[in-house]
Amino acid sequence: MQEVTIGIAGAAGDGLDKSGDSLAKTAGRLGLHVYAYNSYQSIIRGGHIWLRVRLGENKVYSHGDHLSALVALNQDSIERHANEVEEGGAVVFNGDRIKCGADMVRPGVQVLPMPIAQVTSDVVKEFGPIQPVMQNTVMMGAIMYLAQIDLSEAEKVLADTFQHKGQKVIDLNVGLLKCGYDYARANVKPITGEWKFSRQRRPFVTGNEAIAIGATAAGCKFYSAYPMTPASSILHWMANHSEKVGVVVKQGEDELAVVNMAIGAGIAGVRSMCATSGGGFALMTEAIGMAGIMEVPVVCVEVQRGGPSTGLPTKTEQADLNQVFGASQGDFPRMIVVPRDVVDAFYTTVEAFNMSEKYQLPVLLMSDLLLSEHPETIDADALKHDVKIERGELVRQWGEDAGRYKRFAFTKSGVSPRALPGTENTLYVSASDDHDEESILISDMFTSAPVRRKIQEKRQRKLEYLLKELPAPQLEGPADADVTLIGWGSTYGVIREAVEKLNGDGVKANYLIVKYIYPFHAKEVSALLSRCKKKISVEANYTSQFARYLRSETGIAMDAHINRYDGEPLEPNQVAQRVKDILAGKPLNLELSEAEAREVAYHYLRTHYGEKLRPAKLTREKANGRQEDFWRVELVERATGQKQAEMEIGVDTGATYSYKAMQPA
Amino acid sequence: MATVVELPLDLFKGPTDPDWCPGCGDFGVLKAVQTAAARQGVHPHNLMVVSGIGCSSNLPGFIHAYGIHSLHGRAVPVATGAHLANTDLKVVITGGDGDGYGIGVGHLIHAMRRNLDMTYLVMDNQIYGLTTGQASPTTTVGHKTKSTPRGNVEMPLNPLALAITSGATYVARGFSGEAKQLADLIAGAIAHKGFALIDIFSPCVTYNKINTYPWFKERVYKLEDEGWDPGDAQKSLQKSFEWGDRIPLGVLYKADHSTYEDSEPIFKKGPLVQQPLGISKELFAELIDEMI
Repeated sequence: MQEVTIGIAGAAGDGLDKSGDSLAKTAGRLGLHVYAYNSYQSIIRGGHIWLRVRLGENKVYSHGDHLSALVALNQDSIERHANEVEEGGAVVFNGDRIKCGADMVRPGVQVLPMPIAQVTSDVVKEFGPIQPVMQNTVMMGAIMYLAQIDLSEAEKVLADTFQHKGQKVIDLNVGLLKCGYDYARANVKPITGEWKFSRQRRPFVTGNEAIAIGATAAGCKFYSAYPMTPASSILHWMANHSEKVGVVVKQGEDELAVVNMAIGAGIAGVRSMCATSGGGFALMTEAIGMAGIMEVPVVCVEVQRGGPSTGLPTKTEQADLNQVFGASQGDFPRMIVVPRDVVDAFYTTVEAFNMSEKYQLPVLLMSDLLLSEHPETIDADALKHDVKIERGELVRQWGEDAGRYKRFAFTKSGVSPRALPGTENTLYVSASDDHDEESILISDMFTSAPVRRKIQEKRQRKLEYLLKELPAPQLEGPADADVTLIGWGSTYGVIREAVEKLNGDGVKANYLIVKYIYPFHAKEVSALLSRCKKKISVEANYTSQFARYLRSETGIAMDAHINRYDGEPLEPNQVAQRVKDILAGKPLNLELSEAEAREVAYHYLRTHYGEKLRPAKLTREKANGRQEDFWRVELVERATGQKQAEMEIGVDTGATYSYKAMQPA
Repeated sequence: MATVVELPLDLFKGPTDPDWCPGCGDFGVLKAVQTAAARQGVHPHNLMVVSGIGCSSNLPGFIHAYGIHSLHGRAVPVATGAHLANTDLKVVITGGDGDGYGIGVGHLIHAMRRNLDMTYLVMDNQIYGLTTGQASPTTTVGHKTKSTPRGNVEMPLNPLALAITSGATYVARGFSGEAKQLADLIAGAIAHKGFALIDIFSPCVTYNKINTYPWFKERVYKLEDEGWDPGDAQKSLQKSFEWGDRIPLGVLYKADHSTYEDSEPIFKKGPLVQQPLGISKELFAELIDEMI
């Protein structure tokens, strides 16, 4: 299968996300499959943004771990990523401003410095001086040639993108794209062969868009949120489409307001949803328990990011499972569900609404920054408008002589038919105090131990029926595998690709992805795990929260854990390699690699000395009196390459021991 | 405008009798709410009484209406959600000073800023009663409570000034010892289009031995008796600081501003709860096409 990965690197504000979007949309319209991931920082201008766009003839399930071409929008990006480009690839940049020596790339990599002023001179003559951000379009033109993407389709994408700005802006952008394409054609060779374009137009969709559209299709009428990365793009989609799709969108003053508004709307009978990240969810937890005891249908989306506290606001992690389990005091029924990819996010959201109404409980839908913010192409008909809407048992009419309506009637199934406020003769109070069948409190004047026992059992009983309705997870891949990788949520794509690679390399592997976290198929999963040979959990967290949960529910422990908690998503080769190491009995090496030590040096320089210096040569040295071996890093002046300083970084702890400036010559 | 048909008061008698302390001010407020709803012709099934936590927040259990007895401090956002989901329901929020001016004050400010069409009745007894007598946001300076044994040192919050500056469009003060006026004030609040806040002196006979019925009776007077014009925000704000020997009761401020609901085009199709679920094939295709 033919595939390429294009990396675009620069600073926030350089507009590189738009460039990546044009490339991905073009590829999607041609029928290629795309998976993109933007590694960005919590900064509006500056910093380092690193967008990877992976294109394939077949479905690609992650951003992968290869790099075929780099578009560098500043010098820093050349230094950081040029040497990641693989043989046969290319490095593209503005040659008027940026340098890339032959020593900075691997052998067999083409270097294409684009003389932007010269390349665009004809366009400038016609349209006047161009803004700096437009150089991106020139370089994307070069990428279209290098990656053998149909230029005319790319032109159409630009025309659609700039339609609202008028024909002149379209012509300008198309002109820039073309001159970049032509310059590349005259100066470099393509990095890939010709594609077979099916031209089945594929939408390019993020997890959050899938959640928002899923909610809309499911009949969500009320959405409340407080801005928080990486959940905010659900709010943006909802706000932009509110009137068209008939969803009232309310930005609350805080997450306390947000979740309580959603619950209020749920009580009043509309399908309501709210979303946040871990920090906001921490504020919501008391109300989640209220929805539990009041038996209110509500969908709450928790999009995880690096924690704890403010943590890593723009980075991915799967470390909120314990928090979501722990949300609210007391025992109460709720559903915790985790979609694995964009299409699954759509259908899981629909299911969340259905289950929340059928079983009258809060559904906590967990995602993470990777799933929610990364876009990928999906089949055009993958998402359907006519999803099944199941509202559960509703009391629409109640005769005056039908006796007293019991909102929390003790039934075999635990589900008490629900009348909506406004209905005649079914008046009741939704109470956060525990209550009897008629919703009269059993906590104040009237207390009753047996009534409390029975209503608690009634509420919990709903979970038994809910669980029966949910499909148990299945092993995917060869049944007689020697090793099973186990994960939940967004790591599905990486695990799937790692397993494919392992099988290709002669290691018989399969995998298990768990979607329904609570209620949990303990019996089925126990049976399944007890048949597996070597079991390895793969999670984007430090403490293997899911593996611990599995152990508590099944009594089965993993043989090993693979964890990533540096904020970046797991990558397939990284997982596959670690699996092989585990099978070979190789212990986990947590030492700073040379590449990581270089990054630590970059971080130190940027935070203390600005952009003047860069790390050049790194040498590993023995402890020699220190508590650990260390990397000696030579720091040179960016402009001249002259050695200016030296620093030492601990191999085990990562401590920056010393920084010594050289005496001026 | 539809004519109002008064309903019998006993229609609003709740399923259980109140368990407040004998003599509690909240009895008077409950009666006034029932009287006002009956007079305004709001049928019990169209009345939604939402509360938080506290003695006074138990009120929804004592009135025949739909109710939500929510979390401490969260009555306002819960009511907001219920109201936006079904704008046919008349939403009356009831609670205490701790619930509304303490733990929930953030929500109160923003609800007033939005001028949502809801009524908020704060039974202000200047003490935390349910937790047996600690200082509240409206406890006066020097008042010795279980949590302020040397006397409260914090300035009491001025709910009326807060309401006027935050954008509430019906700001009033009532007293549970003035039953008739209180029912009038609540009926006016229910009829008002926009956010109504009524701060109601509702003495705690058990834990507040300072701000008692006699204490209030000596000081309160009725704004309407003095021909007060509630139409000027600046003057009303100034008036809201009157406290001490003379304390005003009545509608302090009233304005006719557009509400949050007026600005939401989706409500033109009726209450959300009555709108059909799902999405048409054409619209769905349009949404997908945006991403190609």
